[in-house]
Amino acid sequence: MALDYEESKAKIVEKLQKKLKTKSKFYFNDLAKILEAKPREAKKVINRLVQEEILEYWSSGSTSLYGLKGTGKQAHAEDED
Amino acid sequence: MAKHKTPLLDQLESGPWPSFVSDLKQQAEVRAKNKEKVEFQIPEDVVEDLLGILELSFKHGRTHWKHGGIVGVFGYGGGVIGRYCDQPEQFSGVAHFHTMRVNQPGGKFYTAEYLKQLCDLWDFRGSGITNMHGSTGDIIFLGTTTPQLEEIFYEMTHNYNQDLGGSGSNLRTPSDCIGQARCEYSCYDTQALCYHLTQEYQDELHRPAFPYKFKFKFDGCPNCCVASIARADMSFIGTWKDDIRIDQEAVQAYVGGEIAPNANDHSGRDWGAFDIQKEVCDLCPTECMWMEGDKLMIENKECNRCMHCINVMPRALRIGKETGLSILVGAKAPILDGAQMSSMLVPFVKAEEPYDEIKEVIEAIWDWWMEEGKNRERLGELMKRQGFQRLLEATGIAPDPRMVKEPRSNPYIFWKADEVPGGFERDIDEFRKYHQR
Ligand code: SF4
Ligand code: SF4
Repeated sequence: MALDYEESKAKIVEKLQKKLKTKSKFYFNDLAKILEAKPREAKKVINRLVQEEILEYWSSGSTSLYGLKGTGKQAHAEDED
Repeated sequence: MAKHKTPLLDQLESGPWPSFVSDLKQQAEVRAKNKEKVEFQIPEDVVEDLLGILELSFKHGRTHWKHGGIVGVFGYGGGVIGRYCDQPEQFSGVAHFHTMRVNQPGGKFYTAEYLKQLCDLWDFRGSGITNMHGSTGDIIFLGTTTPQLEEIFYEMTHNYNQDLGGSGSNLRTPSDCIGQARCEYSCYDTQALCYHLTQEYQDELHRPAFPYKFKFKFDGCPNCCVASIARADMSFIGTWKDDIRIDQEAVQAYVGGEIAPNANDHSGRDWGAFDIQKEVCDLCPTECMWMEGDKLMIENKECNRCMHCINVMPRALRIGKETGLSILVGAKAPILDGAQMSSMLVPFVKAEEPYDEIKEVIEAIWDWWMEEGKNRERLGELMKRQGFQRLLEATGIAPDPRMVKEPRSNPYIFWKADEVPGGFERDIDEFRKYHQR
């Protein structure tokens, strides 16, 4: 079954905001787990969340992570949070 | 006059080899003089400061680069790698020093005009420093600032018909050897397949959703000029099914010294007369070649397509006519767990458009790895952790003796219920008829 976008968005925003105190960057799989969805299904929603600027990418060059837009520091390194 | 003193770096110029330090100094000077009157969009002294911060890193024995950041172009989760230094006051020219990856043209064929365009853009909006090519094959632009990224991206995609490559947890820029365009060894059209899959998997290239990086590399033959077997999560290596084609007259021409062996390579020294027994037959790893009088014989079913004999006598020996490719999986460089070469998964498949059979394998592998792979686990590591058998189940490929690399070291065989006649359930009354308690 396809995921409902608005519902998924609410889930992700809520969970990520809750964790903000300790963490601002998440792996793709963490997000798929929040959505309780298979990676391919989750990807459609997550792509759209990036398009709509709810989420943003963070990359070390070798790995990519996701965070709520504006919550991570632009120049932060991998181990700083 | 150099902006920073660099005594440690200067030592790197003292050996007999070309030095990147000399190259950087030269580029620093070009920017300082600016003969072409470029309106630099990032600090003119970026290269000076790069040399300065590198000298400081040598002095401190530690890096002054932060690892990563939030930069990119809109809608892309790869192709740009944020780099910031932790000494921005002292080295303001490299406060931002982002990398951009440019998806190299297939087979790394490009015209001088194309290169000039890219370099002009990069002199204007970046440091002018490039890396030709990165290990995924990309043309790498080293060093620009955040506001320049969208400008460069726009210019490349709108005016140069050029895309960015992959980085992060994406499909990385697919990379191929020169293939049938120039090379008679090529068993399939590497550029066609590389281009096709690059187009097909645009979403995977630009929007990261994998546990880690994933690389495709395409080699037209087992010579592996792009090192697919050592570097790619999926290596597509050209091969043939039928016999090596032998031209016995040309064999004699090699033996008689009329044609130089190895396509005249290694000719800087006198190696003596060509000895076909010693240099070809005895070096065949499967010992499937011999001379019968003047005739060269090959037991083709033993040949493992190592390419040695063909490389030595390209005019006399040619790849077979029934060509295609093998798919091997799981190679990686030694970051975690040591380096790994890729393992045979599909011994032979024809490489013909629309490549459906190949795409089926790719997508089955991705489904498995995306679900089962841990964060930052390469396919090769997942294969080791869960076993090759799981990979076969995930791809629906039947086991084949050609996949066997070495005699097994594990004496146990774990059967599944559906592999055993009647499964594991038994009728106890039937059993008791023959066996007492
Ligand atoms: S890998 Fe083989 S086909 Fe490709 S360029 Fe090298 S020798 Fe030629
Ligand atoms: S390709 Fe290699 S294995 Fe095959 S016949 Fe030639 S030397 Fe022997």
